[in-house]
Amino acid sequence: MRVLAWGFDVFLAAGLLWLAWQALFTPRRFSAVVNFMAFYLLMALVWVRLDAPDIALAEAAIGAGVTGALLLTALGRLPAGSSAGADPRHWQRPLQYLAMAGAGLGVLWLAWAAYHLPRPGLATEVTAVLDATGVSHAVTAVLLNLRAFDTLLEIVIMLAAVVLIWSLGPPLRTFAPATALPGLPALSHLLHPLFLLVPAYLLWRGTHAPGGAFPAGAVMGAGGILLLLTDTAPWIYLRRHRMLLHLLLTAGMALFLAVALGGMLMTGTFFTIPLLLAPMLIMAVEVTTALSIALMLMAFYLYGEPGR
Amino acid sequence: MTEALHWLGCGFVVAGILFFLAGSLGLLRFADVFSRLHALTKADNLGLGLICLGLAFQASGLAEAVKYLLIWLLMLVASGIGATLIASTALACGLVPRKADMPTSSTTIKRSVEK
Amino acid sequence: MSQFYAVLSALLCGMALIGLFQTEDLLRRILALNVLASAVFLLLVTVARSAEGIDPVPHVMVLTGIVVAVSTTAAALALVIRANEARRKHEDPP
Repeated sequence: MRVLAWGFDVFLAAGLLWLAWQALFTPRRFSAVVNFMAFYLLMALVWVRLDAPDIALAEAAIGAGVTGALLLTALGRLPAGSSAGADPRHWQRPLQYLAMAGAGLGVLWLAWAAYHLPRPGLATEVTAVLDATGVSHAVTAVLLNLRAFDTLLEIVIMLAAVVLIWSLGPPLRTFAPATALPGLPALSHLLHPLFLLVPAYLLWRGTHAPGGAFPAGAVMGAGGILLLLTDTAPWIYLRRHRMLLHLLLTAGMALFLAVALGGMLMTGTFFTIPLLLAPMLIMAVEVTTALSIALMLMAFYLYGEPGR
Repeated sequence: MTEALHWLGCGFVVAGILFFLAGSLGLLRFADVFSRLHALTKADNLGLGLICLGLAFQASGLAEAVKYLLIWLLMLVASGIGATLIASTALACGLVPRKADMPTSSTTIKRSVEK
Repeated sequence: MSQFYAVLSALLCGMALIGLFQTEDLLRRILALNVLASAVFLLLVTVARSAEGIDPVPHVMVLTGIVVAVSTTAAALALVIRANEARRKHEDPP
């Protein structure tokens, strides 16, 4: 059995290295992007192998799904073959080679250091305070209670990225498909209930098992991108929905801040909430955060501000 | 009983892997978008179905087995619709399926029959 | 097994860095940055498997990192698309 597990590990590693090589060094852009999506799918398998199911869920939805959709849209807009970057001057060539040699040496050192890394770990400390956090799953507890400040800042980063993308102009007009098959709208109609049920299940499950706000928000965002692809979400382009859209986008961050400040009013320390209210407040924050993340992923896919 | 189910599941998984190998070989070696789609959908539908069936035999309860079959159903829907989209877009963009060249011996046979 | 994955992450890091410096295409640079991010996340999760159980704090850092990576990728892609549009409009003969 151990030999089989080892063989599986070697197979996964070889696949990852091969796909990364293909994604970085093939001359054709489209095959590079497709190899990159396959690389992320294999990466999700590696997360499962390393006992990290929350990360596997989030990576499969965000990494392979949303990033793939964003890259394919961008690929369709860039002219084929021409490089969009600056041409290197001849004096930059030696510096480029020096940087590559430095990277090679650095990675050798990193491999040696990673082999000998100490592993202190905070597992015992986290399990000691798990009962006082309000949820029973370690990762959710750390994400939304013990290190909630980091999660708040991450939502702010996503919002900042939405503001950046929306400030660049109106949304990109989608190219009309070559044929008008009823298959794609039928697929979106069929999968729509599932795209609502699975995030709800993941949100509920996050309190005691792998799941939580981020995989749920990512799955909902992927469903939203499918809606945008089939043009069955015209409400997002309407001018009169702009206020509502802005409100929903900031709702996650606003509720998070409100809980943190309200906790400060109740207990005197920023970001501390009393234990009786902790499960309900964490659930409320998770639901709003998941909804905001879904809308923000759809906003990424639009590549511009709707309703202008 | 569970031991027999376990080995039966392993057999189904191995059969599914063979279908996937055949589908990948078809993807690499076939000359045309449409024939490659044909090979891919066989691997997707039947190969994944066999693997899901094998895993359902090894599952720890009925709920888990039904979840595996749900995965197979979702993949069937997605891959079927994806394949029709690729094929119809390829047709609309002007790619025609490659037909085999007619062998010369049949034309000589036709002429000899007409005589 | 964990040393094996640590060495794998170092190799992926090196490949991503070399791919980043060697290409002039902006889209490929974004791909290389994403592969680099994945390699670093792999190293973090490998370190999380300590002797007393699985440490959840690096898992949380990787979850945050994945979301930040997709935000950065989306922003960078939007900038590349708009820069390309501007360049095309600038180069088109009037």
